[in-house]
Amino acid sequence: MERILSFRLNGQRTSVKVDDQRMLLWVLRSDLGLTGTKFGCGEGLCGACTVIVGNAAVRSCVTPAGAVEGKQVLTIEGIGQNGLHAVQRAFLSHHAFQCGYCTPGMIVSAYALLLHTPHPTREQIVKHMEDNLCRCGAHGRIVEAIQEAAVAKKGGAL
Amino acid sequence: MSQPPIPTGELRRRDFFGIAGAGLFVFFRSDPAAAQEPGRLPTRFSGAADLNAYLRIGADGRVTCMSGKVELGQGVMTELAQALAEELDVSFDSIDVVLGDTGLCPNDGGTYGSMTTPLLVPAVRRAGAEARAVLLELAAEKLAVPVERLQVGDGVVTGPGQPAATVTYAQLVEGKRIERRLANVSVKPAAAFQVIGKSPRRKDGLEKVTGRAKYCGDMIFPGLLHAAILRPPAHGAKLKSADTSAAEKVAGAQVIRDSGTVAVLHERPDIARQALALVKAEFENPPEGPDDRTIFDHIRKTAPPPRLVGAAGDLAEGERLAAGGIVESVYLNGYVAHAAMETHSATARFEDGKVTVWASTQAPFQVRSAVMSALDLPAGQVRIVSRYVGGGFGGKTEAEQGVEAARLARIAGKPVQVVWNRQEEFFHDRFRPAAVISIRAGVAGGKIVLWDNQIVGAGDRDAVPFYDIPHRRTTSAGGWMGGNPPGMNPFEVGPWRAPSVNSITFARESHIDALAVKAGVDPLEFRLDNLSHARMRRVLETGAKQFGWKAGRAPSGRGVGVACGIYSNSCNAAFAEVAVNRSTGAVEVKRIIMALDVGLVVNPDGMRQQAEGCVMMGMGAALTEEVKFRSGEVLTRNFDGYPLARFSWLPKVEIVFVDNPGNASLGGGEAPMIAMAAVLANAIYDAVGARLLQLPMTPERVVAALAKG
Repeated sequence: MERILSFRLNGQRTSVKVDDQRMLLWVLRSDLGLTGTKFGCGEGLCGACTVIVGNAAVRSCVTPAGAVEGKQVLTIEGIGQNGLHAVQRAFLSHHAFQCGYCTPGMIVSAYALLLHTPHPTREQIVKHMEDNLCRCGAHGRIVEAIQEAAVAKKGGAL
Repeated sequence: MSQPPIPTGELRRRDFFGIAGAGLFVFFRSDPAAAQEPGRLPTRFSGAADLNAYLRIGADGRVTCMSGKVELGQGVMTELAQALAEELDVSFDSIDVVLGDTGLCPNDGGTYGSMTTPLLVPAVRRAGAEARAVLLELAAEKLAVPVERLQVGDGVVTGPGQPAATVTYAQLVEGKRIERRLANVSVKPAAAFQVIGKSPRRKDGLEKVTGRAKYCGDMIFPGLLHAAILRPPAHGAKLKSADTSAAEKVAGAQVIRDSGTVAVLHERPDIARQALALVKAEFENPPEGPDDRTIFDHIRKTAPPPRLVGAAGDLAEGERLAAGGIVESVYLNGYVAHAAMETHSATARFEDGKVTVWASTQAPFQVRSAVMSALDLPAGQVRIVSRYVGGGFGGKTEAEQGVEAARLARIAGKPVQVVWNRQEEFFHDRFRPAAVISIRAGVAGGKIVLWDNQIVGAGDRDAVPFYDIPHRRTTSAGGWMGGNPPGMNPFEVGPWRAPSVNSITFARESHIDALAVKAGVDPLEFRLDNLSHARMRRVLETGAKQFGWKAGRAPSGRGVGVACGIYSNSCNAAFAEVAVNRSTGAVEVKRIIMALDVGLVVNPDGMRQQAEGCVMMGMGAALTEEVKFRSGEVLTRNFDGYPLARFSWLPKVEIVFVDNPGNASLGGGEAPMIAMAAVLANAIYDAVGARLLQLPMTPERVVAALAKG
């Protein structure tokens, strides 16, 4: 059903007229022009489209836009908007990416992990990131980057 | 000093300088012959064609390096900047690298075959050195000081005396277009390197961690329409009819029918897809064809006649010597997909009769030719831009989506974006071909005396074994590089990271281990006993030391394995430790040590990233990845049917370089892939005594091999 959808996007009040059954990914990318969130599989299998709704990481390619009515939505663009976040800095310093296409989804997923679990163990990181796919094989560096970001946050550097 | 006119390749001189502006220009190209010769760099540019790249020093002091190569994630942007900073004596940060733009960059071929580091890096260094020499001459004139008394650092030339007179590169080139060429300029020796051999922060990092990196499906223009294109259900299926009336009724949808193509355009990509789903299409199915089980018999029957790749000695004599020590096996591997996270994407936009196509591709100039030919446009009216590509692995050499977007944009009269969905990506991928590799080999007194090897389907790159084998023959029939009889493969095939070699190495190195078992010798020792290739020996020894290899006869129950290989002169050896669950067949990879000799390493961390990536991708291809299909229908449609290596698979990984800075740089993005399947097969054998002859080594196949004993 087409309606005016209102939510907070990266901290900004946002209203957009859309069919609320359309998937959030396309509303973000096409209607709102935020292309940092990527399409990878369209079925919630790869994590490239991960965004945070409320406090939870969701796959925006299988999340109807209507589900974010009145909620906070955070995308990769929002995570970097006030200077690089600890997770982003750690991804940079560890070179925890190659082609970079899965990277926004990885960073958003990692950010969500640290929201709930500020000091994750390696096992918790692996478990949380398991369904984010990376074809270039940056997995080891991504785990290390998240570990480092957790430590940096602990020191108040968020 | 001579000043011949600067050639600008396919770009017209006026257009070129119109785009590039003022500054100092140096044009250069690579010299393939030089790359094979350690210590020698390419000769200077001498012809009007085949420009490889160029650099420009602008009036603002920024240095721009341009090449038609593409950043696929392999770090080319960073590596070229390092090479240039080193020779030009400017800071790494002052360099901008522009890649993959046919409107700005010279045509230096596609980004494949691990050629960038061995061919382009030396050319960039040479150009940097030449530009530096030109600037020093200009500085000598300006400061009235002989060149020999000048010093240079960070783009500032300093004369002698107190206080010293200085002039910057920017001041030297300001407002002028300088065209000079020098002969006999030498590059720095390895001992003087300050930037090469270091691992500066990647040039593409900031854009990638902030989501600002624009891939070809991220281009947005006013009026942009997204295309959803009707695809056949199977390769070889023919469209009989398509009723598009329901799709046409979708608000804002535009249906295009053009020479067999049916597409729906809409300003929202998801709505274009929904409208396409309303098209009622009838296809004539292709005749019955092979599936992923029958394919091996099929390709054996349909392959072209075998071609001799290499031979030595006399096979009959080898048979006689090996009597009793013969091992014969047939190794199989199925089709694997490239499965880059970014699907093939393109955005095309016409302006004043000229089209610009942002297309994710490893070969922008190849795509330009394809667009020129499909749209009947001259080169000057087609520009391809491929700045960031979300993974290639050989799968984005062709880029049909670029042609699709350009055709639709012309018909629609608006910019059009084509982004394949995951099912289209699996359907149109040019898979690594399935292969049947037969080896009959013999051992006597610990030495390999016979090697009779027939390769079907995999191609013949680096196919001749590098072991010392007196009586041998290698033949090859069909492969990834084309020339297969129609119908041999039920779909298109193509290069997949280290093509030919990843399949052939699995067979060869598995078989070497089987021979070691036959000979009753430790597999590492057996290799060294049969190998005089000095670089390969060193790589094996280096890796073994790092791994802590302890000699033993397989199967030892420890689950350790070794395998090695050579791809385009890069040598590597992999050592693995695995655990195999005998009841489920699940394989856990606990540790991988990868030793590499890739000559002079320009960027050690970049090389490590490539090798680590090959470990993960190689584990997927070895253990789970296999395309399922039946009669031209690709049954693998998304990642749930095509498991990639994930975080929980992550073994302990160590990458070790065999220090070899005196040797020319070799490519490193593909070589670390090749030994992965064999090292895991050998470690599985060592763990449980079952020899896996088919990739991927799925739990079912492990259980079946165990049952066979």
